Amino acid sequence: MENVENHELWRRGNKEGSMLFRKWFDNLDQAANEGKKGAYVFVMGSLTEILNTFDLPIVFPEITSLNTAIRHESADLLNEAEDHGYSPDICGYVKADYAVQNRGGQHPMGKLPEPGLALLTNACNTYLKWGEIWERMFETPLFTIDVPGTREMGTQSWPGDEQFEREKRYVRAQIDELITTCEEVTGTKFDMDKLRETLAYSNRMSAAWKKILELNKASPVVFNALTDGTAYLGVNNIMRGTQDGAEYFERLLEEKRWMHENGIGVDGEQKHRLAFIGVPCYPIFREFNNLFTDWGGVFVTSTYLWFASGGNNLGFQYDLDNPLDSLAEVTLIHVRDAMDSMFHPEQIIFDNMEEFGIEGVVYHPIKSCRTSSTGLADNRRALMEATDLPSLFIESDMMDKRVVSVAQMKNRIDAFFEGIEMRKASRLQEAAQ
Amino acid sequence: MIYTSGVDVGSTQTKAVIIDENRKIVGRALNDTGADVMVAAQTAFDNALAESGVKSDAVKYVIGTGYGRYRVTFGDDQVTEISCHGRGAVHMFPGTRTVIDMGGQDTKAIAVSDTGEIVDFCMNDKCAAGTGRFLGAASAALDIPLSDLGPTALRATRPVRISTTCTVFAETEILSWLGKGKKIEDILMGVHQSISSRSIGLLRRVGINEEVSFTGGVAKNLGMVEVLNKNMGLKMNVSDDSHYMGALGAALYAMDRVAVAEVST
Repeated sequence: MENVENHELWRRGNKEGSMLFRKWFDNLDQAANEGKKGAYVFVMGSLTEILNTFDLPIVFPEITSLNTAIRHESADLLNEAEDHGYSPDICGYVKADYAVQNRGGQHPMGKLPEPGLALLTNACNTYLKWGEIWERMFETPLFTIDVPGTREMGTQSWPGDEQFEREKRYVRAQIDELITTCEEVTGTKFDMDKLRETLAYSNRMSAAWKKILELNKASPVVFNALTDGTAYLGVNNIMRGTQDGAEYFERLLEEKRWMHENGIGVDGEQKHRLAFIGVPCYPIFREFNNLFTDWGGVFVTSTYLWFASGGNNLGFQYDLDNPLDSLAEVTLIHVRDAMDSMFHPEQIIFDNMEEFGIEGVVYHPIKSCRTSSTGLADNRRALMEATDLPSLFIESDMMDKRVVSVAQMKNRIDAFFEGIEMRKASRLQEAAQ
Repeated sequence: MIYTSGVDVGSTQTKAVIIDENRKIVGRALNDTGADVMVAAQTAFDNALAESGVKSDAVKYVIGTGYGRYRVTFGDDQVTEISCHGRGAVHMFPGTRTVIDMGGQDTKAIAVSDTGEIVDFCMNDKCAAGTGRFLGAASAALDIPLSDLGPTALRATRPVRISTTCTVFAETEILSWLGKGKKIEDILMGVHQSISSRSIGLLRRVGINEEVSFTGGVAKNLGMVEVLNKNMGLKMNVSDDSHYMGALGAALYAMDRVAVAEVST
C-alpha cells in the first residue's frame, strides 16, 4: 500500500491516545481547581467501575508519576523526596508522587486533586505504604481490597471450584463495603444502572484490547508492544469503564485490523521478534526502544501489557445481569492474572513463544521496583534451561535517570543482537549444507 | 596475502591486531587510550602495521571493538568486545566454553558455544569494584607499579579481608590496613581475593563450564590468575596475547567478512 503515512488510520490510535491523556489531565486540573478531591487507584485491580458510578475524579498515581519521567521532569521530584528522607532505593513512583503532593498537587501536566479516597489492592506491597503517606499528609481514607490468591504459579482457584466461590464471596463483601464507603465520602447514593453502564464500556474495551494484543501474532507486527503498547495501556487504565475508552479501543482495533489486512508494520524492518519482560525505562523511553529497533528488533508482546492492564488483556466480560458478583469474580481473576504475569513471566513466554514467533526475550529488572524485579534472574535461568531462546538481562529504572547508563546498555544490547544474528546465520548455513 | 585488523578501544588502553588469511597474528600494538580516542585507535593500528610490516592497503577489512569502537573512523564495521573476546578465546583455545575478560573498567563473564557463538554474558553493573580499576586504586594507594601487584600479592602469608564494595572507598580501606601495620603483600592479596570473589559471582551467573579462558589486561597479573584458579578449583587458559583477545576476535570477524565477500563475488 502506497502513502501509508498519509492514510487517516495511520497511527490514529497514538494521536487519539495523546488527546485522551490531555483530556484526563485537564479534567483532573479542573477538578483540583474547583476544590474537588480525587479517588486514587492503582493499575492492578483499580475497581474504577465502582468509582465511576460516583463521578469521582480518578487519579492513577503510577501513571502521573511515570509521566514525569517520560517528560524528563522526574529528577527534581525524586531529589525533593529524598531531601525529605525517602531512600534512593524505594519506588520512584512513590517519591515522584510524594513530591507532587508536597507541591500542592502541581504536576507538569496540570494540578492534581488532593487524594480524597485511596483504593488499594494487595497486588503490590508498595500500594499499602503509599496509601499510608496520603493518610498522613491528607487524612485520606484508605480502602484496601484483600484479593486472596497464591504467588505459586498454576495453583489459583478457578470459577466453578468451591474455593473460588468462597473467595468470590469474600471479595464481594469487600465491594459492598467499598460502595458504602464511597457513599459516605461523596454523599451520593450508589446507582446500579450506572454501574451496569460503566461495566458495559469495560466489556467493550476488554474485548477490543484482547483482539489487538493477538493481532501481533502475525507478521508484520502492527504495534510495538514496548512503545505503542505502553501508550495504549495508559489509555486502558485511565479511561477504563468510560465511553471514551470503549470507543478508543474499538477505533484502535479498526486501525490495527487495517494494518494487518494490508501487511503494514511498525518500526521499519522487523528482523527480530522480541518479548519484553518488566517495566519500561521511562527516563529514556524512546531512546531505549531505538537501541533495539536500530537492529531491526521489534517487541511483539510484553508482560507489562498483561500485568498492568488491570486484567483487560484477558477479554473477560462482566455479567450485566449480575454486576456485583461478576465484578467480584473478574476482580479475583484480574488481580491474580496480574500477579502471575509479574511473578511467572517465563510461563507467558512458554505459552506464547510459538504463536507470537518470539525469537528473543529482554528482561528489564528495575532498581526501584523490587516487586516486579525480584526473581527475574532466576526466571531467566529457568527460561534458558527450558528453551534455547536468546535472552538479555539489562537493569535500569523506571524513574531514576541516575541509574540509567545508555553506553553500558547499548553495549549489552548490541552483543545480544550480534549473538542472535550469528545464531541465525549458522543455522542457515547448517540448513544449506 | 589478505590481511584484516581488529582495533579494541578500551577505557584505559587501545589494542590493535593484524592477522593474515591463515588467521595468525602478524602484528600487534598497544597504547594508552587517553582523551583522544580517534588518535589512540589510529596510533595502535599504525603501530601494529609497523610491527607486521604489512602495508595499510593490504588490510582489507578493519573492525572496531571496545567502548570506543565507533571512534575507529578508518574501520569498516563495529562488533562489541563481548562477542570479540568470546571469538578470540575460542580461536586461541578451541575447548573454551567460558571466558572471563577483566579489563580496565569492566569484567565480563561470557558463555560460548563450540563455534564461538555467545550463549550468554554478564558484566559488572554501575561499579568498577572487581575490575582492573580496583587494582589501579591499590597500585596508587600503595605506590606499587601495576606489574608488581601480582608477584607481591603472591608473597602473602596472612591476607586481609577487603570488605568495601567500592573502588574509591577501597583506597581508604587499604590505607586503614596500612595504619594497622598489615604487610603490603597481605593487603594486596586481600585486594586480589576481593576481585576474584566478585568475578566468580559473575561467572556463576553464566555458568562455569570448562575450559575457562582468562582474557583482558588483568590476565597478565599472575596473582590474579592464581587466585582465580584456586578459588574455582580449575586451571584457566591464559595466553601471552590475552590482552589482545578482543582485537583478535575483531580481526577474525573481519576475516569472515572478507571470506563471505569473496564467496559472493
